[in-house]
Amino acid sequence: MNGHTVFQKNQSPIPGGTSHPLFLEQAVLHELKHYLPAQAPLKDFVHHNPLHGFQHQPFERAIQQAAEVVGYRVLFSLEQFRSLYAAGRISESLLKAVLIERKGARQQELWTFNLLRKTYPALDAPRIGRLREGWKLYYQLDMDALVHPVLFRLLGNFLDQGIAVSAFPYRHLDFLSAVRAMEQSSLVSLFHSKRVRRLFHSNAYTIRDLLTLLVGQESLYKQYLFDQQLAHPGWSGMVAVIEHQPQSLLDPRRISLQEMIMLELLLELDALDTRFGEHWQPLGQYNVKPSIDLFAPIVPTEQWEVLCLWQQAYEWSYYDQVLAGIQSAAAESVLPTKSFQGIFCLDDRECSLRRYLESLDSTCETFGTPGFFNVAFYFQPQGANTYTKLCPAPVTPRHLIKELGGAGNWPKSIHFTKASQTLLRGVVISQTVGFWSALRLLLTVVRPAMSPGMASSYQHMQPGSRLTVEQTSVRQENGLQIGFTLDEMAERVEGLLTSIGLVKEFAPIVYVIGHGASSVNNPYYAAYDCGACSGRPGSVNARVICQMANHPNVRDRLRHKGIIIPAETQFLSGLHDTTRDDICFYDEALLSPANQQRHQQHIALFEQALDQNAKERSRRFDSIDSQLSAATIHAQIRRRSVSLFEPRPELNHATNAVCLIGQRSLSRNLFLDRRSFLNSYDYRLDPTGQALARIVQAATPVCGGINLEYFFSRVDTQKLGAGSKLPHNVMGLIGVTNGVNGDLRPGLPTQMTEVHDPVRLLMVIEQTPDVVLKAIQQAPQTYEWFLNEWVHLVVVHPHTRVLNRFKSGLFQPYQPRQKRVETITDLPALVASDPTNLPVFQLAQHA
Amino acid sequence: MEQLLPLLIIIPLVGLFIGVWINPSNESAIAWTAMTTVGLHLLFMVGFVAYWVFHQQPSLTLTSLELVATNDYRFGLDFYVDRLTAVYLLVGALLVLLVVIYSRYYLHRERGYKRFFLTTLFFYLGYVLIVVAGNLETMFIGWEVIGLSSFLLIAFYRGRYLPVQNALKVFSVYRLADVGLLLAMWMSHHLWHETITFAQMTNYERVHTQLQTHSGLDVVVGGMILLAAITKSAQFPFSAWLPRAIEGPTPSSAIFYGSLSVHIGVFLLLRTAPLWEQQPAIRLLMGGIGLLTSLMATGIAHVQASIKSQIAYACIAQIGIMFLEIALGFPTLALIHFAGHAFLRTYQLLVSPSIVSYLIRGQVYNPVPMTSTSMWPRRLRDTWYVWSLQEWNLNTLLYQLPQRGINWLGQHLSVLSPNRVMGLGLPLYGIGLLGAYHQEIIPSQLKHCLAIFFALIGLLFVLRSFTKRKNGWLSWLLVVMNPFWVALAVAYNEAFSVGQVQLYLSGVAMAGLVGAGCLRWLLSTEGRLPLSPYSGYAYPYPKLAFGFLLCCLGVAGFPITPTFVGEDVLFSHIHPHQATLASLVAMSFILNGLSTIRLYARIFLGPWPDTPYGTAHRSS
Repeated sequence: MNGHTVFQKNQSPIPGGTSHPLFLEQAVLHELKHYLPAQAPLKDFVHHNPLHGFQHQPFERAIQQAAEVVGYRVLFSLEQFRSLYAAGRISESLLKAVLIERKGARQQELWTFNLLRKTYPALDAPRIGRLREGWKLYYQLDMDALVHPVLFRLLGNFLDQGIAVSAFPYRHLDFLSAVRAMEQSSLVSLFHSKRVRRLFHSNAYTIRDLLTLLVGQESLYKQYLFDQQLAHPGWSGMVAVIEHQPQSLLDPRRISLQEMIMLELLLELDALDTRFGEHWQPLGQYNVKPSIDLFAPIVPTEQWEVLCLWQQAYEWSYYDQVLAGIQSAAAESVLPTKSFQGIFCLDDRECSLRRYLESLDSTCETFGTPGFFNVAFYFQPQGANTYTKLCPAPVTPRHLIKELGGAGNWPKSIHFTKASQTLLRGVVISQTVGFWSALRLLLTVVRPAMSPGMASSYQHMQPGSRLTVEQTSVRQENGLQIGFTLDEMAERVEGLLTSIGLVKEFAPIVYVIGHGASSVNNPYYAAYDCGACSGRPGSVNARVICQMANHPNVRDRLRHKGIIIPAETQFLSGLHDTTRDDICFYDEALLSPANQQRHQQHIALFEQALDQNAKERSRRFDSIDSQLSAATIHAQIRRRSVSLFEPRPELNHATNAVCLIGQRSLSRNLFLDRRSFLNSYDYRLDPTGQALARIVQAATPVCGGINLEYFFSRVDTQKLGAGSKLPHNVMGLIGVTNGVNGDLRPGLPTQMTEVHDPVRLLMVIEQTPDVVLKAIQQAPQTYEWFLNEWVHLVVVHPHTRVLNRFKSGLFQPYQPRQKRVETITDLPALVASDPTNLPVFQLAQHA
Repeated sequence: MEQLLPLLIIIPLVGLFIGVWINPSNESAIAWTAMTTVGLHLLFMVGFVAYWVFHQQPSLTLTSLELVATNDYRFGLDFYVDRLTAVYLLVGALLVLLVVIYSRYYLHRERGYKRFFLTTLFFYLGYVLIVVAGNLETMFIGWEVIGLSSFLLIAFYRGRYLPVQNALKVFSVYRLADVGLLLAMWMSHHLWHETITFAQMTNYERVHTQLQTHSGLDVVVGGMILLAAITKSAQFPFSAWLPRAIEGPTPSSAIFYGSLSVHIGVFLLLRTAPLWEQQPAIRLLMGGIGLLTSLMATGIAHVQASIKSQIAYACIAQIGIMFLEIALGFPTLALIHFAGHAFLRTYQLLVSPSIVSYLIRGQVYNPVPMTSTSMWPRRLRDTWYVWSLQEWNLNTLLYQLPQRGINWLGQHLSVLSPNRVMGLGLPLYGIGLLGAYHQEIIPSQLKHCLAIFFALIGLLFVLRSFTKRKNGWLSWLLVVMNPFWVALAVAYNEAFSVGQVQLYLSGVAMAGLVGAGCLRWLLSTEGRLPLSPYSGYAYPYPKLAFGFLLCCLGVAGFPITPTFVGEDVLFSHIHPHQATLASLVAMSFILNGLSTIRLYARIFLGPWPDTPYGTAHRSS
């Protein structure tokens, strides 16, 4: 007897027959993947919009649908908004303005009542899961409790990247074949039912066949699969990501969502057979309700409108301050001489460091740009067999940079070895090393220090190593060109310098500072590094672009393009560790003696700025007294980064809200509380908007993705966020679970998001509206962000300073409600006194 | 010097009492209370132990507080200190202190900060009680405290489904261990006609003359102790609970399931060695189970793809070796093994999140391909792999099968509707009571049958309560009535004073009434009392939840009411030859405790649908 006989009764008569099938497997799988979390394995953590599946719709409609279909929380609750209003965090005048704008003056009073007082019933239960509830209702069977543990275990063991001591036996095969091979050779079976075992061995079944047995009614198949897969979005999403990006695993595996679904369906059949024998009626027989169209268009309700109005008032309460500040900003003052220039990542964490540098040395100039510094490549560290991508996630590089010399000597720890998990060596280790652990534990608690388990930004590249920046032979490696040609280098440097508007008046030293983070006991370490470098520190990119810009032949080529860099000017790369607030510089020995001298002075300046920066950051940390001296606080901040017991080594992008694209003068005198991405751009160099289009195409998905991931992880800490990170258990080095038999938890943990204010990103561009419109419309996938309002956009006219808000495809003038922003003279006192989000302030003009 | 011993209990107790009154938002005060308590305790102990070592380490014993004494029965808090106590105390205090300091920052801003520290202190109190106990009764108090604090910390994230479910699973297994110890107490009481202290046990002559005159019973005592030890230390076939218990914050998992709690079985064996060391059968069984467990658990540990379950199984394997060492007669070796192992696993669990950066770096720079080669033939290798992957089906054995049996029973017990329970139960009880007061008219053979009959009814009641899923009221009623039936049954068995019955039932009655009040209040406020599957009322009513938990504990005979002592007294009236009655009553105790805690979990734990931070998927 083979597996075919099982289906004879139910098989559709003629394959590809005349009747139009209700269930198209490939189409359903494709659609399903769209709604699954797209988070890659931990080492490649890159921020993205968790509701990307809904992004083709306008924001307000999309979130309502996400809430109704899957049951996500997508905004703060009514009570939370009301208490924010009571606390003054939502401004009364802004709320009024929003209501008048959207509801008209006559309805304003009614809606004010709705927002402030009216009570609404709880939202409906989500549409997902209603069909599969039937197992419990009609069969008294807790299907998920029987199937999930086995399924998760098989997936986890198959995909495991190195935790298990004995690896999955047939992992070189694709997932189902591997499980089948193991099942066939093993004397004990994974299944209890003979029928299912036979079926599995026969390998002659499709998803449709299995659904025929389980559900019976074709019209319900799609709904069933959505119910089934969204009951464990973590694993389904991980499998879908690995299916499409197999390179995200260092030890690759072949797996597809289709295989996973097949196995899950088989396990479900097995559970039913085990309980009821081989004769039971499919679920469709009991389900009298017609299938639900899960993604049916939503019906607007008053309750949703109230929530959306609140959200808008909440967002503009902050935006308005920023815009008022920008409007009142002084015009660009021309610096007489420039002590140095610094190019940083646009990252919101660099915002305050730049501010301190500028306030300590008013003649320096800083710029912001995506932290891969316009050089995209794969990097091969000394001694590594694998390549690491160092550019934004969507880009596929064609170049390879190799690190030569200076291989790192990694500290090892016996506590992570597998020997202690084996029997006999375990006996010896526990009776010897065990007592050493006691001492380690004691030191961990009383004197935290660097440890082998640490993820340190400086380990990414050895300072003494050489990089193959320039192409020396035409030989390719795995289809990649090793190093860049001179023309390519010139093009990269030109691209970087024009995009940020640094094409003349070069200072003697131009610093290019990438950033990374150091943390310990942190599975999310990749999320703390540079997002524009695919979750790696930006040190290699900084060093590569500096070597390019210092190359005499590159300078020659740049001169032909009109960018004249004086011979005296040198580019110097460095890495800012955002957790520890340290900077290290690379290739300092190449500086000219004169620059060497200047550099020594700048180092002192950098140190001072870093101390100040650490002090400003410390106001968010309960365990540090922000009133202490900057140097003391900085020492505590460093200690924090190596403390095993510190789940918040830094707060990463929390509180991000704004992205400014324009000259530094837009915000040089504003206190934006580290909430702003700053991308330098000079409208004068870009009358056609070509450079702007490139910037917007890179910055929108990166900053918007970061912003929305924080947004949704904050409002739904459980379904869209990963919950508290304290109980997390590392699964196969690819994800985290709670406990040992749960689903993977995508999203950000609450420790990263708890201080975040869920507001969408406000992008402010300094350019004329028509140029901006052309620039954002160049790529449809970028335009979607703005048109559907997943990101807000306001344009500042470079000359008139008039503000224009982008709404439904058009620009409309915007006048800030707030007439002026307060000026603050004693910034250190302010930041030391208040741990919460601060309003926008004007900084007192420096002497 | 002995007079100082009660301080060992008093210090954590005082810390706990101070902690209860601190405002939940005052993190620093909570953490400092816990740190000071454990720190002081450690200091005291270091001084104490140093002094004691200096004075040739005499075994200290103290009979401090007599709770009940009848002519043939005495229940007292006894203390006992020897080398074993000293090692367990020092290791425990050091680990708890370090973990408490660690958690001070780690738990920052976590909902349940206070709950975490208080439960940890409570656990510590239980641990110290077990370790310094001078008799089985005192140890039993600590034993129950550890069981309860484990339950509370596994269900620390009570808003999610899996932690609550796993907490219940673990509690069920612990309950089995409780009964093992309870029966061991009962039998040893009959062996010596008094509560034997550990100090007396070391008196070789005395123990062995008794054990030899009661051949058979001695094996059962040893067997019960072994049962308690293997369940608490997750040995075969009870291993599956340990990885599932790892649901709480990492530090609590480290201290409970990596180190202290899981090594309590080892302690019990070392402590009660005089009771079983002359019995080859018990030692063979102990060594056999230890060896089997260590092989099995190593196999399972090797196929774990998650770091915490790997550590959990590796830990079980090492404890198996400790069992073997004890069975072979190397207690000192086992003690060293325990200490090193506890430190090792605690540290490994605490640094477990670092494994990602550590191993990924290793993969980039020194890629070592994962191996699955083995010297075994392919078929055997794959069989072993699948078997280990399925955890030897221990989870099915331990939970799904009993669950199925109970469900089956429950369906057949549905005749016990609320009306019938009251309509038939009350008159029957009345008749029973009447008979109990006029025992002279009942023939003595019948008495014994009646005792069994009433014990059976009590068991049926609690079974019904256990399987009842829809009606919270009925469940509560049935479970509260169970101790009354048990008391009636024992009353037929042997005449004893009304005072003892009162002692036993006073706690139950009180807790039952207050518990009913809690449920009544909830019903009138919420308009419903759903039980399926978990309702999560602890979110809106945390204080009510705590109150009801206390009531549940009262009904279940937890050492907070006189019922606890009464339970023990009651048992002393069942004779050694009455195995049926004893097992019925023991079954009642197990199910009664399970049923009340389950009721608590179903009403008060689990996801609450509307919280400002969202509700997790059931699978996570």
